[in-house]
Amino acid sequence: MSLEVSHLTVQVENKTLLDDVSFELKKGEIIGLMGPNGSGKSTLALTLMGHPRYQIISGEILIDKTNITKFSPDERANLGLFLAFQYPSAIAGVNVRQLVTSADRPALQVKRRAQKLAKNLGLDADLVNRSLNLDFSGGEKKKMEVLQMDLLKPKYAILDEIDSGLDLDALRLISDSIKSSSAGIMVITHYPRLLKLISPDLVLILKSGKIVKSGGKEVISRLEKSGYSKL
Amino acid sequence: MSRFAPVSSPTLTPSADYPLGHSDSVDYEFKSGAGLTEHTVRQISAFKHEPSWMLNLRLSALAQFNHMPTPEWGGDLSPIDFAKIHYYLKPSQQSVGDWDKVDSRIKNTFDRIGVPQAEREILAGVKAQFDSEVIYSSLKSFLSKKGVIFLGMDEGLKQYPDLIRRYFGKLVPAGDNKLAALNTAVWSGGSFVYIPKNTRVDLPLQAYFRINSPNAGQFERTLIIAEEGSSVHYVEGCSAPAYSEGSLHAAVVEIFVKPGATVQYTTVQNWYKNVYNLVTKRARVEEEGHMRWVDGNLGSRLTMKYPSCFLMGRKATGETLSLALAGSGQHQDTGAKMYHLASETSSQILAKSVSFGGGRTSYRGLIQINPAAAGSRSKVVCDALILDSSSRSDTYPTNRILNSQSTVEHEATVSRVGEDQLFYLMTRGLSEQQSETLIVNGFLSPIIKQIPLEYAVEMNRLVDLEMEGSVG
Repeated sequence: MSLEVSHLTVQVENKTLLDDVSFELKKGEIIGLMGPNGSGKSTLALTLMGHPRYQIISGEILIDKTNITKFSPDERANLGLFLAFQYPSAIAGVNVRQLVTSADRPALQVKRRAQKLAKNLGLDADLVNRSLNLDFSGGEKKKMEVLQMDLLKPKYAILDEIDSGLDLDALRLISDSIKSSSAGIMVITHYPRLLKLISPDLVLILKSGKIVKSGGKEVISRLEKSGYSKL
Repeated sequence: MSRFAPVSSPTLTPSADYPLGHSDSVDYEFKSGAGLTEHTVRQISAFKHEPSWMLNLRLSALAQFNHMPTPEWGGDLSPIDFAKIHYYLKPSQQSVGDWDKVDSRIKNTFDRIGVPQAEREILAGVKAQFDSEVIYSSLKSFLSKKGVIFLGMDEGLKQYPDLIRRYFGKLVPAGDNKLAALNTAVWSGGSFVYIPKNTRVDLPLQAYFRINSPNAGQFERTLIIAEEGSSVHYVEGCSAPAYSEGSLHAAVVEIFVKPGATVQYTTVQNWYKNVYNLVTKRARVEEEGHMRWVDGNLGSRLTMKYPSCFLMGRKATGETLSLALAGSGQHQDTGAKMYHLASETSSQILAKSVSFGGGRTSYRGLIQINPAAAGSRSKVVCDALILDSSSRSDTYPTNRILNSQSTVEHEATVSRVGEDQLFYLMTRGLSEQQSETLIVNGFLSPIIKQIPLEYAVEMNRLVDLEMEGSVG
C-alpha cells in the first residue's frame, strides 16, 4: 500500500519544473519534503493532485498500484489522495460541510465531526458554517485544511506549507493531527520546527526540480547548520 | 472539452431533452386563429361574457398596440411575429374547485412538474392555470371567512366587476408600453387577490401556470389589492414544455399596497428556452407600506422584466431580490425600478446573475428620488458571475436623485469562476460539474436564503437542473 512516484518529469510552458523525481510514500509513513524557494515543492504537490497547468512529460504516479497519471483531480481524491493547499481558495456561500458531505458521508455525521474537529484544532466552531476561507486568517485557513483532511480520511495526504503563519500552539495541535493520522503523509515545509515535532520516517530535499538528498532526521540538523547551498 | 477532463473515465452525454419538456395532448374547446385583429379581441371578450367597459378597454388597447413601435433598447425582439400568435385558447375543461374533478391528463402534467400534489396541503390556496384558463382553484374556507378573495382574473371580473374596474389598468395603463397594450387587449387568466383591512394571510397564495400549445400566447393579468394593515405573500411559478416555434408571454401584474400593508410577490420563472417573457410588474406603495419582489428568472429565451415600486406615501419601503440564470441561447435582461415620490421612503435592490455556456445577463435598474422625497434612502447591490469566456454580463444602472437630502449606495461586482476554485473543490472529490454547481449555489445563496424554504428547495433544484451538462 503506497503512493508511488516514478521518474516524474513535469513542464509548464516548455520549462522543466520537476526532473526525474521518484519516491514512495507508504501508508502510515511520514515524509518531510524541504527545499529552497522555487525548487518545485508546490509543483510536485499540484501535479500529484492533477492540476491541469502542469504537464507530465514522462513518469508515472500510482496509488496502491493503480496508475493515476491521467486521472482527473476528483478521481484521485476518490482514490484516497488529499492535498492541503498552500493557498486555499475562498468560496462564497459554501461552507466546509457542503464540500465534504456525500452519499458516503451524510450531512448530520459531517456536521458533528466537523464541530468536534474544529474544537480539537482550536478553531472557532462557527467557521464550519461560514463561507469557506472567506475572510479567514492565515492560521484559520491552515487549520481548515487539516480539518478537511481529518473529515475525508485520505490514504495519502500532501500538506503544502501547512505550518506557515501558525503560532506555536497551533503548530503543536496540527502536528498531533498529523501524527495520529493513519494516512501516508508528505509534509512540505521550510522550517525544521514542524518536522522535529512529527519525526518523519524520511526526509527529501528538492533542489531545481531534482531530489538531491534523501535520508533520516540527520538531514534536518545538517540543513539547519549549513543551509541548502552545501547540499 | 472540459479543462479537467479525465482521460480514462467514461463520458456521460447529458440528455438534450429538457427535463420538463413534455407535451401532453389536450383538447381545446376553442382556439383563436393566429394573428391579432379587432375580431379576435371581440371574440375573446364575447366568449367570456365581459362587461362592455372591458371590451372597450381591450379595443382601445389594441389601437395603442398597433401604433406603438416594438421597444429596441433591451433584448432582441425582432424574431417575434405578432401575426403568427394564437391569442386565446380555452381547454375543454371548465374551472373547477375540486381537485378530483380535474382531467387526469392535466393532473398528469402537474404531477410531472412536481407541483401541487405535494404542496397543496400546506398551501392556502392552489390556483393552476392551464394555458389560458384557470382550470383548478381551491380556497381553504378560513380564507373565505376572512373575506379574502383569491380567484382567476376571469372569474374575478364576473363576481367583482366594480372592484376590478376601480383598479384595473390604473397602475399599468395600456399605453405604458407595447407589451402592456398587447396584454390589455387580449389578456386571459391570471389572478385576482383582495385582502381586506387588517387581515393577515399567513400562508402563501400560489399559482402555477404553464404554456402547453405551440405558439400559444400567455397574457395573464394579475391584480392584487392589499387593504390597510393587511399582509399577503403571493407566489407564481411556471414551467413550459418544449416547442420549436417561439412562444410569447406578456403578462401584467398590478399591486396596490395600502397604508401599513405588506405584500411579497415571489416568481420562479422557468419557461422553456424558446419563450419570450416580457412582463410589466408594478406596485404602488402607500404610507408605511412594504412591497417586496422576489424575482427568479431561470428559463425563457429572452426575459425583459423590471419589477417596480412606486413609493407614494411617507416611509413606504420597496425591495427587490432578483436572481437570473442564463445558459446557452438565453438572455435575461432583468432588474428593478424604484420611484421615491414621498419623504423618508427607502428601497433596496439585491440582484445576482449567473451566465454560462454563451448565455447573457443584463442588469437594468432605475432609482429615482423626486424633489418631494426628502430623507429617502436607496441601496443597490448587483453581482454577476460569469462561468466561461463565451458568456456575457452587462450592468445598466440609472440613478436620478432630485433632492439633496437623500442617499443612494450602489455596489456592483463581476466575477469569474476561476480554474483554481474549481480545482480546489475537485480535490475534495467533487466532479467538475458538481464543483461548478456548488460555486453557483453559493453565489446565489444570499437571495435563496431570503425565500421560504419550500421555494428555496425548488429554486435550488431548478438551478441544479439548468447547470446540468453546462460543462463541456
